[in-house]
Amino acid sequence: MNLYAIRAIYSYEMARTFRTLMQSIASPVLATSLYFVVFGAAIGSRMTEVDGIPYGAFIIPGLIMLLLLNESISNASFGIYMPKFTGTLYEVLSAPVSPAEMVIGYVGAAATKSVILGLLVLVTARLFVDYEIQHPLFMFGFLVLTAVNFSLFGFMIGIWADGFEKLQIIPMMIVMPLTFLGGTFYSINMLPPLWQTITLFNPVVYLISGFRWSFYGTSDVSVGISLVMSGVFLGLCLLVLRWIFRTGYKLKP
Amino acid sequence: MSSTPAIQLTDLSKTYDSGFRALKGVNLTIQRGEIFALLGPNGAGKTTLISIVCGLAQASSGVVLVDGHDNVREYRAARGRIGLVPQELATDLFETVLATVNLSRGLFGKPRDKALVEQVLRDLSLWDKRHEISNNLSGGMKRRLMIAKALSHEPDILFLDEPTAGVDVSLRQNMWAMVRRLRERGVTIILTTHYIEEAEEMADRIGVINQGEIILVDDKQALMDRLGRKQLTLTLQRPLAQLPEGLKGFDLSLKDSGQTLVYSFDHQQEKTGIAELLKALVWEGIEFRDLHSSQSSLEEIFVDLVQGDDGRDPAHSSQPTRAAGGSR
Repeated sequence: MNLYAIRAIYSYEMARTFRTLMQSIASPVLATSLYFVVFGAAIGSRMTEVDGIPYGAFIIPGLIMLLLLNESISNASFGIYMPKFTGTLYEVLSAPVSPAEMVIGYVGAAATKSVILGLLVLVTARLFVDYEIQHPLFMFGFLVLTAVNFSLFGFMIGIWADGFEKLQIIPMMIVMPLTFLGGTFYSINMLPPLWQTITLFNPVVYLISGFRWSFYGTSDVSVGISLVMSGVFLGLCLLVLRWIFRTGYKLKP
Repeated sequence: MSSTPAIQLTDLSKTYDSGFRALKGVNLTIQRGEIFALLGPNGAGKTTLISIVCGLAQASSGVVLVDGHDNVREYRAARGRIGLVPQELATDLFETVLATVNLSRGLFGKPRDKALVEQVLRDLSLWDKRHEISNNLSGGMKRRLMIAKALSHEPDILFLDEPTAGVDVSLRQNMWAMVRRLRERGVTIILTTHYIEEAEEMADRIGVINQGEIILVDDKQALMDRLGRKQLTLTLQRPLAQLPEGLKGFDLSLKDSGQTLVYSFDHQQEKTGIAELLKALVWEGIEFRDLHSSQSSLEEIFVDLVQGDDGRDPAHSSQPTRAAGGSR
């Protein structure tokens, strides 16, 4: 195991985060806070409770998931795309670094940043709304698992993308709609029966539902299924990455 | 141990997805501690060869041994020995010089070493720039930064792919002085360059690659001795319209509207034919006012080899002497 390499990649990536503190941390926190102000504190006061939870508190897990997915994908895809774009990736590929070490370094840094942001937003939310966390350990574990999953996904997008447009297209066109329609702002029980069934094909539903359970003990789908779905997603990401490194797809001609 | 070559390539082939065959069964051995220059025209396969050895591209078939280690199965041992300075300038957009050099060292599994990194940066006149964003450096500095990155992990084998492209004369000389110092420390150096005079000045051995095949590998001196042709140039008193019949047996060409007569000969032959030529000139009544002889440079040898291998160069077929030899 080339631990020095993992540490080098990880700290290099984290240094980027801390050097650009404003755009890395402050702006996502600010954006999410605005959601709380608008939907939680302002409109939320006019809304009825959802599943027995005040609306402002109800949307917290969904908003954190929304942030976590976006940040994980963009951090990880940017992290691997930039050295590809500038040409400096040659050094990582020519170094005695295994694919696993490379992934741990890049994805680990991206996921760490997302988790820090998720926790910051959680703390910030306290300024606007009251909430409880019934299962804090599960909450943290699920936060980390989701950050890792979507950082892996972002890492693959970064390898696949050969332009900045492609880097944006999957987060914008697929992940964002799935998150909005995955129960961030509503319980899927509020939908007509047909739409409830259709919604179950949206993988983000399981993430938000499982995460919300860790806060309030209620969920749209069972927590077990949420965990299984996350596990399946993790397995799929690892399989695709294994294929990428075995074939050298977009990395080694 | 010392008999293990630094690099050994066996039947190395590479066909890209497009169907282009960049390497066709290359066999090459590079000994430890030597400076090996790989020459070849654009698209000959130089960069593909370096990319495969360094793990940046996958070979279609064949074996690469780096210090006896297979570069696929034992990639850690193989890659850990190699420092690479690629042809393209590639620098991080937002990172400082020091941060990128530290990253390089870490990637190659080495613990941080402030003193060594400082020494490398000082050697390359980059120490004062250590806190600069690497992308803001000038082209020459970026080139030096890439060398610093490669040297920061103390490689045994250094690949320099066109290291002096776009670098000014004084910097180029500094670079070659550094290469010599590295060689004194026992580092094996493999370089590609378009400046053939550099290969002529620097290299111990020279390999010529063309169309994906190594067409020649030899000691530089032996290569020049073996292939170096000499020319005797005579400036005539009166121009000749064409060569007289009596001179047809000699490898001669007329230049400068018949004012100059160029005789090409192999200086290693016992009989160079110069005495016979001079007698024949007297016999034909051709007078000359000046004569001098010159030896072909490595560049001429190289052009000659590549064109000979190509077989399509019109200049070559139209010259009575070998192409490069007759052109000067």
